[in-house]
Amino acid sequence: MTESHAFRLAVASGKGGTGKTFVAVSLFYILQEKDLPLCLADCDAEAPNAMLFFKGEREKTMEVTQSIPLIDEEKCTFCGRCHEVCTYQAIFILPAMKVIRVMEEICHDCGACYWACREDAITEKEISLGEVSRYRIAGEAFIVESRTRAGVYSPVSLIKAGIAEAGNKGIIILDAPPGTSCPFIQTVAPADYVILVTEPTPFGLSDLKQSAETLRSLQKPFGVIINRAGIGDQGVQQYLKEQAIPLLLEIPFDPALAVAYARGLNPAASSQALGEALSDLFNKIVAAYGNCSHQR
Amino acid sequence: MEIAVISGKGGTGKSSVTAALASCAGEVVLADCDVDAANQYLLFMPEIEEEQVYVSGYKAVIREDVCDNCGLCMQYCRFQAIHLVNGQVRISETACDGCRLCARVCPAGAVEMHECNRSRMVSGSFRKGRMVYGRLAPGEENTGKLVSMVRNKARELAAKSGIPHILIDGPPGIGCPVISSITGTDLVIIVTEAGISGFHDLKRALEITGAFQVKTWVLINKYDLNPEWTESISEYCQEKEITVAAKLPFDPLFTDAMVHQKSVIEWAPEKLVSRQLSNLWEMITANAEMNENGLSAGIHR
Repeated sequence: MTESHAFRLAVASGKGGTGKTFVAVSLFYILQEKDLPLCLADCDAEAPNAMLFFKGEREKTMEVTQSIPLIDEEKCTFCGRCHEVCTYQAIFILPAMKVIRVMEEICHDCGACYWACREDAITEKEISLGEVSRYRIAGEAFIVESRTRAGVYSPVSLIKAGIAEAGNKGIIILDAPPGTSCPFIQTVAPADYVILVTEPTPFGLSDLKQSAETLRSLQKPFGVIINRAGIGDQGVQQYLKEQAIPLLLEIPFDPALAVAYARGLNPAASSQALGEALSDLFNKIVAAYGNCSHQR
Repeated sequence: MEIAVISGKGGTGKSSVTAALASCAGEVVLADCDVDAANQYLLFMPEIEEEQVYVSGYKAVIREDVCDNCGLCMQYCRFQAIHLVNGQVRISETACDGCRLCARVCPAGAVEMHECNRSRMVSGSFRKGRMVYGRLAPGEENTGKLVSMVRNKARELAAKSGIPHILIDGPPGIGCPVISSITGTDLVIIVTEAGISGFHDLKRALEITGAFQVKTWVLINKYDLNPEWTESISEYCQEKEITVAAKLPFDPLFTDAMVHQKSVIEWAPEKLVSRQLSNLWEMITANAEMNENGLSAGIHR
């Protein structure tokens, strides 16, 4: 970790609801003690929950937009070229009836129709995909939240904008969306290290395997936190042993902590032991991976 | 009748609830539409009868022997996927959206489009009927098309085998795959949990079901962990005229059942949560009959 380079730590999980945000907000809480710029980028843009656990002043909100084609029906000759080049089938055309429509929800803003049109009939307009907001929690500690508009085809643009807004200084925690599809990849791509949070159940194990294999193919260093340790079975522990994947921490299932968390209290504020364990873990990760840069 | 179970927030118990409902039905077609993390097959171990390739999109690949590095493709690419690396044009696989524009503009014909064909749709039989699920390959885009493919297959199987009910285990979130999971269904059940995050994500999920005008019920899971939040969620639903169809207590039986590859109803049929879920299934079928008879005076969304 140097002045000019941020250390980016992604917290992810294959399965939803394993405690990814639980770990991310706890880390943010304890890392505020370090005298470094700190930012938590909530990249779970369809269900952003990190800000529920903090109070802060919104300093900035920016709309993230994409362009969609606007077709001038006066100029359009209904030749169908734009329809043919649209890989996403977002342009609907009935030449005989002189009908042409753009289906905004499935347009990916690739520009092919614009390029294909020979009649100069296509201009573009901006539509909103959602918002990225920056909150100052304390001093140099910020939360950047990416939030999609409901029903947007992909949260990827919002995730990228959120990560960019989180800047390039100090410690940046990335709270990833669940799964292993595109939005997950975009979140972990700039990370120096990834913590996978799972639970010791067959569903947790199945989704963990998929996440672990994906991170391996991306050559990302990662380790696993088992949340709600004590429930379920030993399958996750066995898998980690077999695969030589570091087991970073086991957080025992604690109903009192779960209740406090559900009420919006920060787990690290409720449990000093958890805070200390995460603090130790973070220091170890930085010592091992803090100087290498896995930026794309 | 098609019933979709979704959640907004992950990990609220959506899949466990879906599995329990599947066990209540006489016969059912179970469609696991959480294609990014399909789990139902782990419980029900279906006998696989068919596997189909799902092409999720394309990736542009440069033929370096043909490319003369003119850079025209870089000017057109809107996904910042093309860069010059040591004088050679390179396309980033993760950033490429597969739009083909680079292939179309390339004067040398040096761009090939490769199919993303690692995703699958799997179907077969299990102890309660038929099952279909999607498995999206890592890194591929979840547009909802695989979800639609799974749902079409489920309808086909239901029609063929004369099974009246299709149960859909939907994905978390509020994006396209969720929309694809709920459109045209007879009933959506949103599983939430009593807490600040569950409530927040429930509101977002209700925006979606409201926008698509699908009849929606809410199930509050682990309601006893936070009675105050349960109260807030119930009041909110009442204001919005949405039925809270069940409130389930926190119960480790769900995890026990999962470890034994069973739904909670198969594992512990006499326990409270199982009886509650059986009642819920009765409510669902009663609702369907009312709809069929045109007598539905229930609460609509």
